[in-house]
Amino acid sequence: MKRARPRLAVFKLASCDGCQLTLLDCEDELLALAERVEIGWFPEATSRRMRGPYDVALIEGSVTTPEHVTRVHEIRRASRVLVAIGACATAGGIQALRNFRPLTEVVSAAYPTPEALVLLDTATPVSHHVRVDHELRGCPIGKDALLAALSALLRGARPAAPAHPVCVECKRRGLPCLEVAHDVRCLGPITQAGCGALCPSFGRGCYGCYGPVPAPCLRALVRRWSDLGTPADDLRRALRSFNAAAPALGGETGEGRRA
Amino acid sequence: MPRTISVPLVTRIEGDAALDVRMRADGSAGVTLRISEPPRLFEGLLVGRRAEEAVDITARICGICPVAHQVTAMQAIEQALGVEVGPAVRALRRLLYCGEWIESHALHVYLLHAPDFLGYDGALEMARDHAPIVKRGLEIKKAGNLVVTVVGGREVHPVNPRVGGFYRAPAPAEVAALAEPLRRALDASLETVSWVAGFDFPDLETDAELVALRYPGEYPIGDGRIVSSGGLDFPADRFEDEVAEEQVLHSHALRASLRGRGPYLVGPLARYALNADRLSALTREAAGRAGLASPCRNPFRSIVVRSLEMLYACEEALRLVESYEPPDPPAPIRPRAGTGRAVTEAPRGLLYHRYDLDGAGLIRRARIVPPTAQNQESIEADLARLVPRHLDLPRAELARLCERAVRNHDPCISCATHFLRLDVS
Repeated sequence: MKRARPRLAVFKLASCDGCQLTLLDCEDELLALAERVEIGWFPEATSRRMRGPYDVALIEGSVTTPEHVTRVHEIRRASRVLVAIGACATAGGIQALRNFRPLTEVVSAAYPTPEALVLLDTATPVSHHVRVDHELRGCPIGKDALLAALSALLRGARPAAPAHPVCVECKRRGLPCLEVAHDVRCLGPITQAGCGALCPSFGRGCYGCYGPVPAPCLRALVRRWSDLGTPADDLRRALRSFNAAAPALGGETGEGRRA
Repeated sequence: MPRTISVPLVTRIEGDAALDVRMRADGSAGVTLRISEPPRLFEGLLVGRRAEEAVDITARICGICPVAHQVTAMQAIEQALGVEVGPAVRALRRLLYCGEWIESHALHVYLLHAPDFLGYDGALEMARDHAPIVKRGLEIKKAGNLVVTVVGGREVHPVNPRVGGFYRAPAPAEVAALAEPLRRALDASLETVSWVAGFDFPDLETDAELVALRYPGEYPIGDGRIVSSGGLDFPADRFEDEVAEEQVLHSHALRASLRGRGPYLVGPLARYALNADRLSALTREAAGRAGLASPCRNPFRSIVVRSLEMLYACEEALRLVESYEPPDPPAPIRPRAGTGRAVTEAPRGLLYHRYDLDGAGLIRRARIVPPTAQNQESIEADLARLVPRHLDLPRAELARLCERAVRNHDPCISCATHFLRLDVS
């Protein structure tokens, strides 16, 4: 039986809720969107629950427990189109920093009985476990990108994803290059566009919320940052933040990910 | 008569939690609020990071209250580094924080909490019958988000705040443009107070000790001393001396309680009980019209208190917009070893951060106590009091009432899960 309205679901794994909140932050569009879709699963917004299959499912958060692994497969089976939203779902998120250190060391700083926790050693993106149809980058995702993706998917089109770096957005906005003109360390050259060069517009170097562009030229960045007198540890910390489990960053920092 | 009630997924709260109630032979109820989200281990992730990075990292604890974490982290780190900020920075931070209160309270009042009182699954369902009301809530929420965006750069995980001040002071014209939407939000908040005051509130009274900040001449947001309904009064620096976090072995959860005194409650009810005299005349009049005395100990009425605080935050934000002076750029940070602590009033209540820094400016230890960790025991106590009185209700209806009792406190599981564990036996 064909449904009158496509069924939408919003799921979460380990995350801060900020990406699904971005949907509720679409104050001007939310009610119109709710008319066009049937919300089948969105526990943060409604107690109403409907079974899958869901025509479009958004998933926020990274996979950090054995239970998440099971769930992410269930979600995949219940979803026609699965969209991973945000840095956690697409690149592990901030919690993926633990991938680079022994888990017990990280856990014991927060929790007195580390052995009692049922956690995976790593926090991994959704695509590490199941096929993902589309990814929205960002920590958090942008409202416009979310609405554009939903609107494309609802008319059966494939959402566009930018592949250019933040630098292009600076040029479009006519912002002077902070790294060249003011010696400010900026991850813009290796970071995927999407934020509209937000940090540079505040006089701050990009810190990489949207994760690496495909094939980032780390060598040029490393050279420029060492010219600016950046200690190696600071460079490593800058590359390991909210998208630390992105494969494009793992290889070239000189230390592979912990097995 | 139901012996057990199980709610596998409490909806309309931030994050995943489950609820189990078991009736005992003596007629009392055993209640467990289970956190079904795994810890994200922030205290561990912060070790070895630069002190100033805590501002961006701790924002990611929570997408709903990133500003609360950012302001608390900045203030703790400034204390550790001996950085003083001037009145212009303090005022702009307070404006930013007001924006978050407005956004977070509007989200809870309209989208998460009100549907309980009107019998809907959620606000989107409620909008089919009450579109103008839901639109009014979204309008208030949008004004709060606009404040956070203008001052902080974006509504979730702002980029502009930094240790010592801001990367760029917003231009006076950008800030002045906030006045119009804030005035509309203020009017809408006044309407909100009258609207929610007319709801039907189940009887319930919390006997928890109420704990909040108190600051001279202002309703507390970013600073103050910690005071309680039981007469406690101590500076933020003594938080860890007065509050014990205990591990409950059967549940493996850490819960905060006052040393030698027991469970306590933070958040709107506590702030209102301890600071009603600090509210503006306009807010106090609205409270009078709503028939809300202080203290108010019925958690179901927290929606009225939240609406009043939203009104206050709109008014306060307007005042700060009108008196805005761009702060100077912060001085460069000089690393030094030391410890810094700060407590602020997140929308959901007291939030504590502590950082131990080494001489190179790196974080050696971090400690974060979010409001929901402090409230968990009081939430369970509410349920234990509520359930035995309503055993005549059909099971599904009683389960719904239990969920409502959890929602009263606007728990933020995302915040709490940096230390609460996944599987509770």
